[in-house]
Amino acid sequence: MSEFSVLNTRAPRLDGPAKATGRAKYADDLTMPGMLYGAILHSPIAHGKILHIDTSKALKLKGVKAIATAKEAGIVKYGVSPARYDETLYAYEKVRYVGDEIAAVAAVDYATALEAVNLIKVDYEELPAVFDMFEAMKEGAPQLHAEFPGNLNAEVHQEFGDTDAAFAESDLVVDHTFLNKRQDAAFIEPHSCLAVFDLDGRLTLYTSTQVPHYVMRTVAMVLRIPVGNVRVVKPYVGGGFGPKCEATPLEMSAGLLSRMTGKPVKMTYTREQVFLHSRARHQFYAEMSLGVKKDGTMMALKNKAVLDGGAYTSFGIATVYYSGSLLGGPYKLKAMKYDGYRVYTNKPACGAQRGHGGVAHRAAFEQLLDMTAEKLGLDPIELRLKNIMQAGDITVNELDMSSLGMKECIEAVREGSEWDKKKGKLPKGKGIGMACGFFVSGAGYPIYRSDTYHSTVVIKISEDGGVATVLTGSAEIGQGSDTTMAMIAAETLGIPLENVKVVSGDTDLSVDLGAYSSRQTLMTGHATKEAAEQIRNKIAQFLSEELGYPVESITFRDGKVFFDGQPGNFEKIRTQYIKEHRGWTDPPSGEYLTFREAARLAFLKAGTIVGTGKYKPPRLGGSYKGAAVGTSPAYGCSAQVVEVTVDMETGEITVDNMTDAHDCGLAVNRTLVEGQMQGSLSMGLGECLFEEVKFDSRGRILNPSLGEYRIPTALDMPNVKSIIVESREPNGPYGAKEVGEGAIMPTIPAILNAIYDATGVRINELPVTSERLYLAMKKAKEQG
Amino acid sequence: MKTIISLMVNGEQVEAAVEPNKTLVQFLREDLGLTGTKHGCGLGDCGACTVIMDGKPVNSCLVLAVQAHGREVLTIEGLAENGKLHPIQQAFVDKGAIQCGFCTPGMILSAKALLAENPQPTEQEIRTAISGNLCRCTGYQKIVEAIQEAAKSIEGTEV
Repeated sequence: MSEFSVLNTRAPRLDGPAKATGRAKYADDLTMPGMLYGAILHSPIAHGKILHIDTSKALKLKGVKAIATAKEAGIVKYGVSPARYDETLYAYEKVRYVGDEIAAVAAVDYATALEAVNLIKVDYEELPAVFDMFEAMKEGAPQLHAEFPGNLNAEVHQEFGDTDAAFAESDLVVDHTFLNKRQDAAFIEPHSCLAVFDLDGRLTLYTSTQVPHYVMRTVAMVLRIPVGNVRVVKPYVGGGFGPKCEATPLEMSAGLLSRMTGKPVKMTYTREQVFLHSRARHQFYAEMSLGVKKDGTMMALKNKAVLDGGAYTSFGIATVYYSGSLLGGPYKLKAMKYDGYRVYTNKPACGAQRGHGGVAHRAAFEQLLDMTAEKLGLDPIELRLKNIMQAGDITVNELDMSSLGMKECIEAVREGSEWDKKKGKLPKGKGIGMACGFFVSGAGYPIYRSDTYHSTVVIKISEDGGVATVLTGSAEIGQGSDTTMAMIAAETLGIPLENVKVVSGDTDLSVDLGAYSSRQTLMTGHATKEAAEQIRNKIAQFLSEELGYPVESITFRDGKVFFDGQPGNFEKIRTQYIKEHRGWTDPPSGEYLTFREAARLAFLKAGTIVGTGKYKPPRLGGSYKGAAVGTSPAYGCSAQVVEVTVDMETGEITVDNMTDAHDCGLAVNRTLVEGQMQGSLSMGLGECLFEEVKFDSRGRILNPSLGEYRIPTALDMPNVKSIIVESREPNGPYGAKEVGEGAIMPTIPAILNAIYDATGVRINELPVTSERLYLAMKKAKEQG
Repeated sequence: MKTIISLMVNGEQVEAAVEPNKTLVQFLREDLGLTGTKHGCGLGDCGACTVIMDGKPVNSCLVLAVQAHGREVLTIEGLAENGKLHPIQQAFVDKGAIQCGFCTPGMILSAKALLAENPQPTEQEIRTAISGNLCRCTGYQKIVEAIQEAAKSIEGTEV
């Protein structure tokens, strides 16, 4: 018999049928009687002073109900992290990028709202703009924010151990530089929201978000509404991947316009507006040096990062810290030095995207490892295994690897891909490459400084005892968190999965920091488990009192109650239950007391049976500046092997095979875990080979569409051999930890290392289009 | 100036007055309340708004409502019969082919059109048939597996 009844299975997700039939409602599917439609006026120029805004003509247009500018909204500085509140809802003195919000209109229909937007007249004094991060750092560059001279949004300087000494002791030092490109998260559902401001002063916001909690706080602050009067409800969400973590001007505008008009207001971004809002992956420049001993022992890593942040901070402070902190593992290092700079430019703000802050620097580092292995004459896998961390190790920057199946992952992909048969034995034009990576299972600290619980959960049992309802503010955005929580609740209560319902994504239900930093399985999972345990204990207590069995002898499994593992004598409970439910179609039967009967007994004794759970991580990490970023109660890790074919004439790359092993602690749901692994690889493949948001010379996005910003199609992705490694994390509920982001870490470098293996050409700039590879191969040939 | 159109939607005759510039996706979502058809880009890039018109999958954001006059349209709401999921829907649920679900209706309808024409497609044929339906969550693998599974299950039920 398996240790678990529900966990570790392939249970179908709870929302599958609703989504397969089109019944699942997303924000843009919602309507309300009398609803108005909103539209936003964006700046057409990249940098300029606002001299005058004239809304008079627009206000006179028939059907227009309200127009909001900075005058109506007021000037409240906000942002993601209180350390950098550098945005206002509407620009008031300056616009800083093409797309900066200036005004919003509510009208009887969308066409009228758009027409009104076009009638708003804004006089600008255009200012010189800067679009390149290196130009922005130069003296005399146009300045975006007076408070941040030199366009320096944030800088980080950290050193762990004595880097100079460790380099001096090294036998070999290898250098590498790397440049990725600005990405768009390209979720298929554009942001949408519906705001309802009631006459009693309460705002309800139905919105496409990953974090209802952060949206609630930001909207309350910016619109100056007591936070208790703001309720954020997340309907089904069509993907997030990071950019839907923070409150948007869309949400704030809809709330404001609803307050101004007294009507519900719906607003939805066009695909172009999704690109303009952005908040997706930064462009990173990485400069790295690795020192090793002759035998391959890693000594020191020096890492410099420059991030193109765009016009505002968004999650950027965390991003620039992550680029350093997430290189502390999974290898043992004697010393590490990190210098990071996040720079303002006149482009949409960048923020968090899957693998937050870590992906580009991981790509550089894992290439550097292959370059080093080659110079030392070592197999890249051997070099990694030589330096690999194990459970219980602590990184040089004080991250605690409380479980770490990194070695097991490497061995699994080595075998799964038949690496030993292929490495160094493939013909020209064919290549194999590998890489590793790790990621947090939930940020150790909230994005605002607080002692708050990161998750609270309420579980309520129906009066008949037959259904447990999990109430949580956590966010199902496609990853399967509702199903995960239902499985954890069912396992803990000892009832079948079909007897659990989940109501989630609503700030009225519980506190939850939402779907970012791969935190919900571990954190909301802990709270769910605790709430379920409380209920189980309450019911056991009542059973003990009623039947005289000791509490500790009572257990629950598969909807049945066991007394010392036996059916016990429960006749009077059953008789009463059947009497109370005479004529019902499903009387309890069988030789064991059912959970339903036991829970009914508890209800009769004490009223509605409720359990509450809560979780926040213990104090984590070191005491140096920025030590909080990168901390987590647990770390997931991945190893991947990629095989490619390169057309040596054209530079065209085909990814033939991908083998991926991920350590997720315990796979709560094996199908969902594989789904996260495969989706991560697909996003990584896109970033590596196709994806780049491009701008013209005036800061306008050239490719703000899913036709011209290319993400992988079904024809680009190979089948992935997905291997689940389960290390059983001591700090996770039932041993579970993350899978949603760690799995993207090795993808880009594994592809790049495979391309090198196929061509002998080392690519240090993304995306690796055929053209880029062709030119690099040509150059290499010319240089002999 | 509105135009009267008449068409079959999910097996039922529908008559409506529509603006000439109204797209089919807007008509389905706003006028008929069939919000299972998703609006992802409005440019025919993402395939989320795929419906089947006269047996062929089309991006309903690129079709005007007036062009659907006299035609037969199948949306995701018309697929399950008598409260029972269609085999393609069932396979998507069983195989884990659904994550966020926003591409799912269009993806399922592209699969439906494929299997109607080619009941035993190869993996490559499946991938080609859904290459106009973008999915950012799954990496497509479980979607392909679901369509293979559905093909088998449909074949098994037909005599």
